[in-house]
Amino acid sequence: MLEEQQNIKSWFYLAPALILLSIFIFYPIFNAIFLVFVKDFNYLQGTHDGFTLTENFRYVLRDPNFSMAMLNTMLITFVSVPLSVIIALLISVWLNAIPVKKIQGFFQTVFFLPYVTNAIAIGMAFAFLFNQYYGLINWFLGLLGISPINWVGMGASWGRAMFSLLVYITWLGLAFKIMVFLSGLQGIDKQYYEAARVDSASRSRVFKRITVPLLSPMIMYITVTSFIGAFKAYTEVIGMFGERLGPAGDDRSMITIVALVYDALDRSGVPGALSEAAAAALILFAVTLVFTFVNLQVSKKRVHY
Amino acid sequence: MEITLQNLTKIFQSKREDEVVAVDNLDIVIPSGKLFGLLGPSGCGKSTTLFMISGLLKPTSGKIYFGNEDVTPVPPEDRGIGLVFQNYALYPHMTVKQNIMFPLENIKMDKREGLKKAQEIADLVGIGHLMNRKPAQLSGGQQQRVAIARALVKSPRVLLLDEPLSNLDARLRLQTREEIRRIQRETGITTIFVTHDQEEAMSISDEIVVLDEGVTQQVGKPQRVYDKPNNLFVAKFLGTPPINIFDGRIEDGKIMIGDVAIGKSDAEDQEVTVGIRPEGFKIVERSSFQVEVEFVETIGRDTTLIIRHPDVEVQESFEDPEQEENTEEEQAAFAQEVAEELGEEVDDTKMAGIDIPQQSVQQAKTFRAIVDADYGVEPGDTVKFTVKPHKMHVFNKETGELV
Ligand SMILES: Nc1ncnc2c1ncn2[C@@H]1O[C@H](COP(=O)(O)OP(=O)(O)OP(=O)(O)O)[C@@H](O)[C@H]1O
Ligand SMILES: [Mg+2]
Repeated sequence: MLEEQQNIKSWFYLAPALILLSIFIFYPIFNAIFLVFVKDFNYLQGTHDGFTLTENFRYVLRDPNFSMAMLNTMLITFVSVPLSVIIALLISVWLNAIPVKKIQGFFQTVFFLPYVTNAIAIGMAFAFLFNQYYGLINWFLGLLGISPINWVGMGASWGRAMFSLLVYITWLGLAFKIMVFLSGLQGIDKQYYEAARVDSASRSRVFKRITVPLLSPMIMYITVTSFIGAFKAYTEVIGMFGERLGPAGDDRSMITIVALVYDALDRSGVPGALSEAAAAALILFAVTLVFTFVNLQVSKKRVHY
Repeated sequence: MEITLQNLTKIFQSKREDEVVAVDNLDIVIPSGKLFGLLGPSGCGKSTTLFMISGLLKPTSGKIYFGNEDVTPVPPEDRGIGLVFQNYALYPHMTVKQNIMFPLENIKMDKREGLKKAQEIADLVGIGHLMNRKPAQLSGGQQQRVAIARALVKSPRVLLLDEPLSNLDARLRLQTREEIRRIQRETGITTIFVTHDQEEAMSISDEIVVLDEGVTQQVGKPQRVYDKPNNLFVAKFLGTPPINIFDGRIEDGKIMIGDVAIGKSDAEDQEVTVGIRPEGFKIVERSSFQVEVEFVETIGRDTTLIIRHPDVEVQESFEDPEQEENTEEEQAAFAQEVAEELGEEVDDTKMAGIDIPQQSVQQAKTFRAIVDADYGVEPGDTVKFTVKPHKMHVFNKETGELV
């Protein structure tokens, strides 16, 4: 009796979360799976032309925008994540070594500010930094005697636009990582460093053999979540290039998978467009799943808890 | 390697508080190849001294010499020291082997040679079979030996140990201190051993220094420091059970406690503090030093008499908490014994009524005398004592210096 009552009670407690999850997560997931397997789904009438196993996937894979989006997303993920993890690690080690607490606090604040600033606003600022005529980057290059480069303006090449985007995304990811690493570093017992000094370890060896292993749980956590976040990159592109998703004259050259999904949703009136979006979303989901799995496998070998 | 500390001083400056003089003008020569004990109560500057010798802390003033070389400006990595931290500071993510190898890798020793050396040292300290374990999979004593192995493997000029036994239980502590002694003898490395446990320091050190509030109190062979304390602090700090302290005076070349003369002194007449070791009393047929025994404690072959006396100076104890626990247990057992002897039923209410623990044993005006069990002294007996002159020390009332 009592157990039964307990059961009812626990369901009751869980209900609010379950209801919200059902509406916003479970239902859309099932819906997406359903959409992938129907032909020419009409969003307005809710009708479709029978079922198909692969047609929607095939359609998406043949779409040139999809291969572009896949390439861009992979580049963003596999360049910006490792880069920002490494840079954040170095910056936090440096911050942690500042002996004067006040100065350390000041820099901590400086490095954390981007985290509380809107990504779109920062994107616009970066677009400005990379501006051909009055951007700071070209001004610096000018000091070195390099003539202005068209990074993100009308007619900018894909490579230059992607370079600028990667710089921006890498920078954007630093703030949170630095915070996490810094708190991790501050939790490491100072005696390990004293012991290492007595053991005549050089600074680089201390970093490699002591700091990184002791910080590895944090590094792993940050890497996994950043990979997942980077696979979903979208806002960043909008922030820098606006809804064109690329430099003027080269629309959609910076498209990402999530951007592709949104694009398809824009055409939701067209029969079958939603199914394409669903197919692209599921492919992204599969890719993310595989990489997260790989990440966790690696972490089992490399992370010291 | 002889180590010389010359006017070594460390002052910690902090914004909120006043400055702390952690080590004050230390002047010690630590003989080569010996085990040297750095002894003193908590907060007296032992760790600070050790960290200055290791180079992890910069002295405010003064100099440190290894042999003839002035190492004061030399950073720790170039001093050639091995340091065992109070809580070992083993790298938790490395195996025992990797921990011991780490200092060798840093000096770029050939890998094969390094492995051989690491194994040798590990065997020496008796952990050769644990090479592939992580520190978390070791007992406290094993961890401590890994820490010693890591400190020894690079053949340091000096080995520094900061209260290495404080995390171990009583039994392991005894065993490990013997082992440290053995390892030190076998390697012949000049070793400095920090502890606040006087018994530990006395039992394994070739020489000790007693510190109080950063100031040297006395340096010398442990037995000599025990037998001839320079001042009241050292006399009180060394010895278990601690020395008995009486209010006394010198009158016409006689040392008086109350109305009783217990010894002779050449010093001029003055008020003094008299310290008498518990083993310094002898039961005799005739003496004017006549007292009534309150309790009798027999532990092993020793019989301790506990005696109330109006001139005893109540002292706070230096013992560490663990030992105090023991004492409390002892006291409880003792109380029970007494209650039984009084022929009363031992129940809780009665126990509460007898205020023996704390009050009467530790704080009341009692002193302890260790005598031969053959006398068969019973509580309530009256005994007559003489005091062995070399177990009695007379100190100036104000300064605590030896008279
Ligand atoms: N970094 C510091 N800043 C300020 N004061 C300090 C600092 N380190 C130590 N002290 C002070 O210096 C004195 C000596 O400290 P130290 O650590 O050498 O004591 P210790 O003899 O090793 O004691 P214990 O037996 O408890 O380890 C203490 O009063 C302590 O408060
Ligand atoms: Mg200490």
